Amino acid sequence: MDKAPLIISLKTALVSTFFTFFLGIYAAKFVVNLKRGKGLLDAIFTLPMVLPPTVTGFFLLLIFGHKSLIGQLLKTFDRSIVFSWEGTVVASTVVAFPLMYRTARGAFDQMDHNIIYAARTLGLTEHHIFYKVILPNCWPGIIAGTILAFARSLGEFGATIMIAGNIPNKTQTISIAVYTAVQAGNYDLAYKWVIVIVIISFVSIAAMNLWNTKQSRIVTNKGGI
Amino acid sequence: MKKITALLLTLCVALSLFTACSKKQAQETKKAEQVKLTILAAASMTDVLTELQKDYETANQNVELTISFASSGALQTQIEQGAPADIFISAATKQMTVLKDKKLMVDDSIIQLLKNKVVLIVPANGETKITSFEDTATDKAKKVALGEPASVPAGQYAEDVFTSLNILDKVKAKAVYGENVRTVLTWIENGEADCGVVYATDAATTTKVKDICEAPVGSCKDIIYPAGIIKASKNQDASQAFLKFLQSDTATQKFEKYGFTVIKK
Repeated sequence: MDKAPLIISLKTALVSTFFTFFLGIYAAKFVVNLKRGKGLLDAIFTLPMVLPPTVTGFFLLLIFGHKSLIGQLLKTFDRSIVFSWEGTVVASTVVAFPLMYRTARGAFDQMDHNIIYAARTLGLTEHHIFYKVILPNCWPGIIAGTILAFARSLGEFGATIMIAGNIPNKTQTISIAVYTAVQAGNYDLAYKWVIVIVIISFVSIAAMNLWNTKQSRIVTNKGGI
Repeated sequence: MKKITALLLTLCVALSLFTACSKKQAQETKKAEQVKLTILAAASMTDVLTELQKDYETANQNVELTISFASSGALQTQIEQGAPADIFISAATKQMTVLKDKKLMVDDSIIQLLKNKVVLIVPANGETKITSFEDTATDKAKKVALGEPASVPAGQYAEDVFTSLNILDKVKAKAVYGENVRTVLTWIENGEADCGVVYATDAATTTKVKDICEAPVGSCKDIIYPAGIIKASKNQDASQAFLKFLQSDTATQKFEKYGFTVIKK
């Protein structure tokens, strides 16, 4: 069995989760601190989660397709997002971003703000407060968001197939490999890939949950007197 | 007391919905003349069959056609999984044979309906140096759009052509696979790929692509579109009537207008 879809899926999911992690947290921080326009920006950031993946894929084609500004610019460097592995990362990041953003934002909103006020009265800079007070306290929520983002990136199909296409050894992720196998009537291959991805998803979620529980214990224990 | 009243009300509403439904069914069976046929057809037949659908429905007011267009491989899978359909028109004999062997088709209803050809196309408004199938293996073509060979007949025929020219491996390295022949056509229309292989009939439906050349004679086997009635169909007579229509002179004219070659018995 050709291992390419497995490697491509893992590479894509890991890289896009990496980007989503930072983009989601900073977007959440930005929106939480906004005075006006919170609702509008929140709606825009959550949009890729609500839209059907094929619609998201369509918008990505409009933005990165070879007729667009970005597409034309990349063409001069002989690169392209459409029909390339980079396209799978872009698609996965865009669809996973709302999950990370919303979870991080929820974690920030639900945090006990008194701790932040106390930190301010003690003279800590905002920068210090974010990294040493807010993030550690919201860590379980952020990890939950990362788990969701990874799972979503791994399972992305609609937007990926529209912008990255189905190119074996380049952009054919496990989801696309299953689809292709079923279309071709090759149920054996489809079963094999289904088992692989179920195992991966199961293991990664179980592992992250385990780590999360350990972290929670540390956080709550630290707060105890 | 409140709970009992609520329960009784719910029962009444449910009962009235039930009787309303069964009344509707009785009315529907009264109009037993109305026949609904579901046809699963290869994507390359989209334009011609849509036109024929209008003609047939006008001439036969009691028949309503629903046509689903997709790659022959995808349709074959749907039929294998029991999709409720009456007629299957494939772009290759392979899918029809598989279904026949699985005893899912009415064997003596299968006819060879049409012939087609594959061509190499490029975007109409691009500058291209491609002049032949062999050029796809050179640097003149960076991305080649093809149908996915295992499920799209057009993709399989394209592979046959490249194999006979001994350039399959080179072309595969820059191939982008579409899930049906119309996806490939759209990609070339929008310039997402430098060239692609579709049917001559597909290329003729749009001015946004340029037909470079036909597949060399003998490079791929004859492209034959078989049509047949699905065994599980509940409208065998109506399906037979429609298949007969597809072989009539009116239909032949339309098929030839779109570039298909009609196989005469």
